[in-house]
Amino acid sequence: MEDLSLHILDIVENSIRAGSSKVEVNLEEKKEEGILLLNINDNGSGMDMETLNIVSSPFYSSKQSKNFGLGISLLKQAALETEGSFEINSKEGIGTELKAEFKNEHPDMKPLGDIMLTIKMLRLSHPEIEFLYSNGSNSK
Amino acid sequence: MKLKPEDLKKISEKMEASTNLRSGAGRAKITVHMGTCGIATGARDIMKAFLDELEASGKKDILFTTTGCAGLCSHEPMATIEIKGESPVKYVHLTKDKVKEIFEQHVIKGNIVEKSALGRGSERVG
Repeated sequence: MEDLSLHILDIVENSIRAGSSKVEVNLEEKKEEGILLLNINDNGSGMDMETLNIVSSPFYSSKQSKNFGLGISLLKQAALETEGSFEINSKEGIGTELKAEFKNEHPDMKPLGDIMLTIKMLRLSHPEIEFLYSNGSNSK
Repeated sequence: MKLKPEDLKKISEKMEASTNLRSGAGRAKITVHMGTCGIATGARDIMKAFLDELEASGKKDILFTTTGCAGLCSHEPMATIEIKGESPVKYVHLTKDKVKEIFEQHVIKGNIVEKSALGRGSERVG
């Protein structure tokens, strides 16, 4: 993926295919710490513990029965390459919460890209789904 | 910067004025493949190109939707065009120029653009 907005589009498409009716995307820039935080929460089908433990591995895909493949591992890689962090939590029947932390000044940090185009395309192609997007900065 | 619910509503209303997205019985359906492979190779721009064509045409009987990976990752970005009563046609290695031609020729006039098509059929069985 060239930029973070494409990663976000990919992850939210996963949420949609997992049956979500509501997806929240939050980007928060902590300027003094040089950190960009990405949170994506959905109310989709969620994953069991076994799936959750291996979902961020690039060598795992279960396209036969599940709704994800390489996308989560690529986002995790993008975060870890900046010496950031990645965390994913999920409960079956409740939803999935993903947190990625990026070190903004790291040379391997990807550009944000056209995040508004990502949100617009999601909104237009899935009008039945509630998308909440916020992008803020915190200089404290 | 925050995108407020009313902004999203405006975006949605703008498109709903000219298209009938994912609902009702359309004459034609456009499906863009938005798996990881598709997105990595430009599916978002292909999606935008189709939506721009759709909006410009003013047609209200064309459905638009997205789907995941079709298992043909090396052919991405891809889209499937389905005219009511006919087999779906899969288009591969899409560009904005190809989208324009496919929309004008196949979606509007019903003529398959063979040079850009992989073939008839769908990856979903049953």
